Amino acid sequence: MSVIGAVRPDLPLAHVNPVAKLAATLPLAIALVLTLDPVSAAVALVLELLVLVAVGFGPLLRSKRLLPIWIAAPLTGLSMLLYGEASGEVHWSFGLAAISDGSIAIALTTVLRVLAIALPGVVLFLTIDPTDLADGLAQTLRLPDRFVLGALAALRLAGGLVDDWRMLALARRARGVADGGPVVRFVRQAFALLVLAVRRGGTLATAMEGRGFGGSGERTWARTAHFGRVEWLVVAVGCAVAALAVAVSVAVGSWNVIWA
Amino acid sequence: MPAGPARIEARGWGWRHAGRRRSAVRDVDLVIEPGERVLLLGASGSGKSTLLHGLAGVLGGSEEGEASGRLLVDGRDAADARGRTGLVLQDPGAQLVMSRLGDDVAFGAENLGVPPGEIAGRVREALDAVGLDLPLDRPTSALSGGQQQRLALAGVLAMRPGALLLDEPTANLDPDGVAEVRDAVARVLDATGATLVVIEHRVDVWASIVQRVVVLGDGGVLADGPTERVLADEAGVLAAAGVWLPGRTPETAPPPAAGTGPELLVAEGLSVARVAGQPLRGGIDLTVSAGDALAITGPNGVGKSTLALTLAGLLRPDAGTLEARGPLAAGVRHPEPIRWKPRDLLTRIGTVFQSPAHQFLRATVREELELGPRALRQPPAEREARAEGILERLGLLRLAEANPFTLSGGEQRRLSVATAIATAPQVLVLDEPTFGQDANTWAVLVELLAELRAAGTSVVAVTHDREFVRATGSREHRLAAARSGVPA
Repeated sequence: MSVIGAVRPDLPLAHVNPVAKLAATLPLAIALVLTLDPVSAAVALVLELLVLVAVGFGPLLRSKRLLPIWIAAPLTGLSMLLYGEASGEVHWSFGLAAISDGSIAIALTTVLRVLAIALPGVVLFLTIDPTDLADGLAQTLRLPDRFVLGALAALRLAGGLVDDWRMLALARRARGVADGGPVVRFVRQAFALLVLAVRRGGTLATAMEGRGFGGSGERTWARTAHFGRVEWLVVAVGCAVAALAVAVSVAVGSWNVIWA
Repeated sequence: MPAGPARIEARGWGWRHAGRRRSAVRDVDLVIEPGERVLLLGASGSGKSTLLHGLAGVLGGSEEGEASGRLLVDGRDAADARGRTGLVLQDPGAQLVMSRLGDDVAFGAENLGVPPGEIAGRVREALDAVGLDLPLDRPTSALSGGQQQRLALAGVLAMRPGALLLDEPTANLDPDGVAEVRDAVARVLDATGATLVVIEHRVDVWASIVQRVVVLGDGGVLADGPTERVLADEAGVLAAAGVWLPGRTPETAPPPAAGTGPELLVAEGLSVARVAGQPLRGGIDLTVSAGDALAITGPNGVGKSTLALTLAGLLRPDAGTLEARGPLAAGVRHPEPIRWKPRDLLTRIGTVFQSPAHQFLRATVREELELGPRALRQPPAEREARAEGILERLGLLRLAEANPFTLSGGEQRRLSVATAIATAPQVLVLDEPTFGQDANTWAVLVELLAELRAAGTSVVAVTHDREFVRATGSREHRLAAARSGVPA
């Protein structure tokens, strides 16, 4: 069982170098973090949906796996609606909460921005297998082997911790220490899990060293991480979406850099 | 780097772990010629694993401990000869590095810098050699214990080492898994001629494969020679060290007669599940009486452990009923154990988990033992006296102030049983209590369970160990492999 859920190799772009997918989402995220306007976010969101559906993510977009985004985005909008800086006509107020023209606009913008940033990130991340990501980080970005493989092994270990957590809960009940408040119980059990995780990590490190990990020689990679035409295309599309969103926003005079 | 079988040599070698006063192993003088197959024996704590880890070059540098003498592989320092040796450890799940089968086999070869084009062939060859005919993208976590150990072996083979170093590779496996791994090793050795050093309590598993036995002890090598001669000449020393000699089961007193006391636990149409709504096994009817000994047996994956945890009042029955009767139900409001408070469980049903690491919660052996009695608010004097008695009985007294995680496998097992009986439960549930245990710990367990039963405690044990079933005089409840239509 993997912590981040099984990657389905039948998803579109599953075989594209994960580094390209991460790089593709970066320009837009930076642009949308910089500005506080609804136009850039709306344009970006529409373009994203078009591109994602065109590539074949339609079924995924409608699936339950994206539910967290569809729930989280309106919730952040709601808090902006109630507590955002009031301006213009005030329609309703109760204590600190107030709904005004200004807060409605901020809420709308926030929902669009959250969706526009989160959607491509989550969709692309669902297509990334941790092993492929490690290959990409080490071979394409030339991050140090030890760091990347160590992180990958830790991730695999984390998957097993789900079962450990379950067994620890049973063991604590059996040992008569599961009484008490849920918070105290959680903290204690989390500590026990940590102890167990450190020990498992030690064993795994020994096993890895026993297979030549951390030796002095140059390491090779059985799976070659390609960064070819498809990868560049993915990055280009990401840049294009960001550029178009910014251009439209500037053209209609809506561009609104946060520090301006 | 030389190809072919590796030569191993220890010259007055020893190792002291950082922070320990005593050496884990010292004064070892030993030469193992290329291609020799050696079984390394010795009591728990004699430093067998430390020597093997030293040969594999994974003991670490001076911050981990202090070496004396020299340890050589092909005449070079063992620490610099990584890749010439391949190490397989005891715990199957703990040595998986990658999440896909093929990637895991390739890992070692990649580390040695084998050209990528050559690795695919080596992976196929290694998987063939260990008889794992599975897709390369199979998740490693979905394999059985025996398959995982063969996978670890394949990962080592892909490095084409000159020596295989196996640290109790079959201790945590059921009998089928043991045979799978042993046969795979035999095939590999016949094909490659590699040197073998294997540690194992159970001599009969490896007796047909090794030619030489080395016995390690306090002063270094105690005995060394051809298998038959050492086993015959040193039988006394080996038996004292807890080694399982072929065809010899430790002598234990005959078990008490089957329980005739009142019914304590009754399961009717019980269906068990690890995760709610995903039943592993259904339609289980069984009864546990006071003083009873019940062994739950059957092949892997049929839900034996899940049944044990359900009987222990830790997992909620998925369907059917599990009810306490008579004295077991006295003093609690509900007959269903799963509805009891943890404190109510302590004096009624005790559980010994398969992996002791899951149930240790305190920093010292003594505190661990007093945890349950403390939860029951027993007076300190009574608590301490009882803890002292149990520690003494299980040979743990000198370890009272040690951290439970630093104990050997046998000591951990004894401690986990000790913690469960410290609160004198009426029913004791044990999950594979004899897995990986040396003959001494095995005999202590069998006799302790007999004493408990004579005093009226019922014992329910999940086990693959036929000798254990026989020596404890257990009734057997066998869970057969799932029929079609019933989830396995």
